[in-house]
Amino acid sequence: MALEIIESCVNCYACQPVCPNDAIYEAKPHFLINEDKCTECVGDFADAQCASICPIEGAILDELGVALNPPGSLTGIPPERWAAAQAEIQARGGSPL
Amino acid sequence: MDLPIYQEEAAPKSGGCSAGSCGSTDDQLGHLSDDIRKKVEDHPCYSEEAHHYFARMHVAVAPACNIQCHYCNRKYDCANESRPGVVSEVMTPDQAVKKTMAVAATIPQMTVLGIAGPGDPLANPERTFETFRQLSEKAPDIKLCVSTNGLALPAAVEELSKHNIDHVTITINCIDPDVGAQIYPWIYWENKRIYGREGAAILIEQQQKGLEMLKEKGILVKVNSVLIPGVNDQHLKEVSKVVKAKGAFLHNVMPLIAEAEHGTFYGVMGQRSPSPAELKELQDACEGDMNMMRHCRQCRADAVGLLGEDRGAEFTLDKIEQMDIDYDKAMEFRAEVRAGIQAELDAKRAEKAKVVPLEDSPRGRPVLMAVAAKGAVINVHFGHAKEFMVYEATYQGARFVGHRKTDSYCAGDETCGDGDSILDKTIKSLEGCEVVLCSKIGYEPWGNLEAAGIQPNGEHAMEPIEEAVMAVWNEMLAAGKLDAPVEAKKRA
Repeated sequence: MALEIIESCVNCYACQPVCPNDAIYEAKPHFLINEDKCTECVGDFADAQCASICPIEGAILDELGVALNPPGSLTGIPPERWAAAQAEIQARGGSPL
Repeated sequence: MDLPIYQEEAAPKSGGCSAGSCGSTDDQLGHLSDDIRKKVEDHPCYSEEAHHYFARMHVAVAPACNIQCHYCNRKYDCANESRPGVVSEVMTPDQAVKKTMAVAATIPQMTVLGIAGPGDPLANPERTFETFRQLSEKAPDIKLCVSTNGLALPAAVEELSKHNIDHVTITINCIDPDVGAQIYPWIYWENKRIYGREGAAILIEQQQKGLEMLKEKGILVKVNSVLIPGVNDQHLKEVSKVVKAKGAFLHNVMPLIAEAEHGTFYGVMGQRSPSPAELKELQDACEGDMNMMRHCRQCRADAVGLLGEDRGAEFTLDKIEQMDIDYDKAMEFRAEVRAGIQAELDAKRAEKAKVVPLEDSPRGRPVLMAVAAKGAVINVHFGHAKEFMVYEATYQGARFVGHRKTDSYCAGDETCGDGDSILDKTIKSLEGCEVVLCSKIGYEPWGNLEAAGIQPNGEHAMEPIEEAVMAVWNEMLAAGKLDAPVEAKKRA
């Protein structure tokens, strides 16, 4: 039972100090979770701490590979609105967000 | 030693910023006690006058944040953008201390080191306080300050007071949780992510408590607010009154920056930014109750130099690694430079005190004029200006009221902006101004400005700003252009 940090992590350090098991460590290109130490905070907190402070949707997955913070859940931007904004920016010749 | 800022910016020894900027500073900080005034008069972010002479820097040691704001995107790495929350490299405390000392030795008029992000400094207490601890020991001649969203502030006040920090900035956008729910989607508090109104209510409570505790400790508090049209625009008047009553000494209302390209909630959802006129109107409305700051440039969390410029590229980690700094020597030199600037400022204040106000002048209407200048004299070509200072001229004199950026916040990239030519954008940014003063101007922009109802003027090159602004206002008055309100004149 362990969570995983994936490549959308922006290395903001927020999760590292709130982990009760000291399971999160700085690495390149992004922070990682030591799966032997991670307990998903069961027994310590109601919610996984890293996923409760992480600002990036989709950056932390559970053991089934499901995002704990799915698209739209943190920013409040509806995913279809996000997609429309992306398309509009690209149509103008801008780089995707 | 190379002292580029000092040579460029503080060069206008004769004349200097005459009454102008100094005048508005006297107004701005006028009713503060001598004690507080002493603390802020050489702080570029607190004193409009000081920002022409003293520089500041931010070190980006604080990447983590404990809240989400709708105007912020945590994927913050862009070298071309200048706005809060954006940085290029996050540093360790040791690296930050080294960088600070390198900058201090190179730019002797750098008086202030701030920690402002890119996250929330107090959500990174170990990194933030380790930086402050080392700097108060190794570089005691640098003032330290910190800005925060306030959530972790009450818990940090005791520690802050140990580090000889006499200025703290709290960003307070609201005191009503219903307004807060439209600005803050969530906070991280007591091991939980708390959404919406409930989270906003906790944040507001902690901000207000933190403000009161700082006041109690004698630490100066400036309040920053982001003006978000339709969300907190009217509410900010109330915020201004409340924070003043609780002891904040300065209120800095800044315009929302929101572009879809930034990937923020407001940017993507199409929330508009306020116009310069809306910003000024709110600042004017709050002014009766509170000292308002109008010269903020909304800088990056790793900015270096005078406000409005960024010399961060001279002090990257590789470059500071090569520098060999003798800080004791640097401190002596810094003290000399600061004494020189102080003497110059004192002389100007004394000069200004002699000026008798013109009470019997006829009362022409106020006029906004844009000025292309770096420092205190009109010395920038219209086409080279990256920003314009805006002065309001009335029969009582010229008063600095704000600045306008001339390009989009993302510089030099054709993918930014909406395809308007830079000149069109520049002219649009000067909306509400009737005159633009610059050292020189080309034929094409002259015509376009005139067509837009803005009179270009290059006759006052190298003159002190306020004198030039008042000379032009007096000419307009003599020509009978200032009798009727602007609206009436346009219709005629």
